[in-house]
Amino acid sequence: MSESATGEPVNAGAVADSDMGVDPSMLLSLRGVTKHFGAVQALRQVDLDVPAGQVTALVGDNGAGKSTLIKAVAGIWEPSSGTMYWQGKKIDIHTPKEAALLGIATVYQDLALCDNLDIVANMYLGFESTKKHVLDEITMEKRTQQTLKDLSVTTVHSVRQLVASLSGGQRQSVAVARAVMRDAKLVIMDEPTAALGVSQTAQVLALIKTLASRGIGVLVISHNLNDVFEVADRVAVMYLGTLVSSGPVANYTMSSTVELITTGVVSRAA
Amino acid sequence: MGIVPVLIALVVLIIYFEVRSSVFLKPDNITNLFVQAIIFIFLGMAEVWLLLLGEIDLSLGWMAGLSGSIAAIYTNIQFGWPWWLAFLAALVVCTAIGGLWGLIVVKLNLPSFIVTLAGSFILEGVLLYILDRVFEGGGAPIQSSELTNLTVGNLTPTWTWIFVIAVIAVSAAVMIFRERSRRAAGLEVPPFYRIVVKLVALTAVSVALAWLFNTNRGAFIKIEGMPFAVPMVFGVLGIYSFILARTKFGRYMYAIGGNREAARRAGIPVNRYRVYAFMLGGFTAGIAGLFYVSRLGGYSSSSTDPSLVLYAVAAAVIGGTSLYGGRGKMTYPVVGGIILAVINNGLVLIQITSTMVYVITGVVLLGAITVDSLARKSQTLLK
Ligand SMILES: Nc1ncnc2c1ncn2[C@@H]1O[C@H](COP(=O)(O)OP(=O)(O)O)[C@@H](O)[C@H]1O
Ligand SMILES: [Mg+2]
Repeated sequence: MSESATGEPVNAGAVADSDMGVDPSMLLSLRGVTKHFGAVQALRQVDLDVPAGQVTALVGDNGAGKSTLIKAVAGIWEPSSGTMYWQGKKIDIHTPKEAALLGIATVYQDLALCDNLDIVANMYLGFESTKKHVLDEITMEKRTQQTLKDLSVTTVHSVRQLVASLSGGQRQSVAVARAVMRDAKLVIMDEPTAALGVSQTAQVLALIKTLASRGIGVLVISHNLNDVFEVADRVAVMYLGTLVSSGPVANYTMSSTVELITTGVVSRAA
Repeated sequence: MGIVPVLIALVVLIIYFEVRSSVFLKPDNITNLFVQAIIFIFLGMAEVWLLLLGEIDLSLGWMAGLSGSIAAIYTNIQFGWPWWLAFLAALVVCTAIGGLWGLIVVKLNLPSFIVTLAGSFILEGVLLYILDRVFEGGGAPIQSSELTNLTVGNLTPTWTWIFVIAVIAVSAAVMIFRERSRRAAGLEVPPFYRIVVKLVALTAVSVALAWLFNTNRGAFIKIEGMPFAVPMVFGVLGIYSFILARTKFGRYMYAIGGNREAARRAGIPVNRYRVYAFMLGGFTAGIAGLFYVSRLGGYSSSSTDPSLVLYAVAAAVIGGTSLYGGRGKMTYPVVGGIILAVINNGLVLIQITSTMVYVITGVVLLGAITVDSLARKSQTLLK
């Protein structure tokens, strides 16, 4: 990135004492994260803390910068400036692989599953177990079953089913289970329930709660405030690239959240 | 599901031709039919490597011609290469050409359809150029008994039985071992009768074939035994199926054909595997070419056949390989190739003109593509 001409990134890395401001008990902390696309400023000085074992809901209107933010964490692109901390330590994430190695797993809306392969093959894609170069199907199948069971995904009849035959919620579950099986510490989900019906949504929300109860940090983007208030422990609201408010879900009501999303401020004194 | 309707179609065809022509199921005709089928089968296997990834290679027919010519030319007395060196050279050249097409497709991001169509014109030209000049324009007659024997040679009747029994025994051992180890691991196992049904069917077909092959089919001298070509197809089929079903390499081929972006995000080097597919396609077409030239007894500019590549696609697709990528097995072109050979052979026996044979083969291919497309639609609707 050649944003140094703007003068902004120059101080970003140089602020040595900003480490002091980061709570090391947080799984992920962002400080002053900024992202430009040419003239468009998609993220402005975002500060965000994501704790382990809790569900953080990232809400905001279309174009607020939610996807841009999680892509920075997932290593799809680097922020123009700002700092990221992983368990209190300053880190740089340049590629999706680096994010994965840290334990950050991102489940995008398109899920990235192969319809023509069964659940086991999808869960292990790119990480297959082998014995003497031969696929170790038995080990993979057992671990897949165990992982799904641990996550209370019970609607799947057989892990040898092709993913093409699964419902939307089941597909979402497979994508999440894949992340969990690879020891993800932070699971990021972009609009996981957007395309789902009522019972499927309930399935995915239950899965999100299970993840958190297992000590995994969950950062979930959602448009649906009902879903947010059902699963979230914390809420973070974005408005035009700025993180305007964040904190425990108890600090928010449905109406105050709507107001933050649409105007970026709450009129009522809190 | 899957291959079963195709097998039923095959049985119907066989019954039809046997009713219409009493010589159809005679040992000499069945042997002849198998040798015909083997060329289609190898070509179809070559195309499966590409179709699995949603690619296609339209130059495989000429690649086969080139391979056969190289083998015939270099085993000729004038060059006098040992057969294995000439065969190897033929296969290396075809693999390299496939790799070249693959690199062009991947590096320049071009559709494989166009690249290999252009490639097929280039290969046709090169091949005709070679054939018109080699041996003073006389083409490339076969002078190597090894090359001839690919399609003419037979196992002895004893070895035919040994081979058939070995195939049944190995299949049974593999199936039962797999069932046992799944059961031992506490995993779900399919009902045991399925293994029994499969083994009984396999035994019935192989014993019937062995018996047919071992019946004397010579008019003047005794000719009996299974053609060499049959165990060779089985060998290649076994290796390819193993690679596709049991190794990471095969798994990645399916993954790329199913969802290229998902494969990329899973860290699979997609473009490298696409090039591998073109190389394997070329290599396998090279094998087909050796059998092709062996059957023709030589190769000259007048014996080239531009429709060969269509048989490659047809054998793969009639067997059930999807043109859209991600679905297919190496057993499919075996069934597809046999169906093509049955149609070709049977129609000639019941004295349908050769022009009609083209029409009917085309209609069958069209039918297979329609089934493929409908299967894909119903799968998308399921989601
Ligand atoms: N790759 C990109 N190139 C240019 N602008 C982009 C790109 N990605 C996102 N943006 C812009 O950044 C802003 C935030 O987008 P996004 O993060 O997708 O919003 P959200 O996910 O909250 O709906 C939008 O104005 C969008 O147009
Ligand atoms: Mg978005």
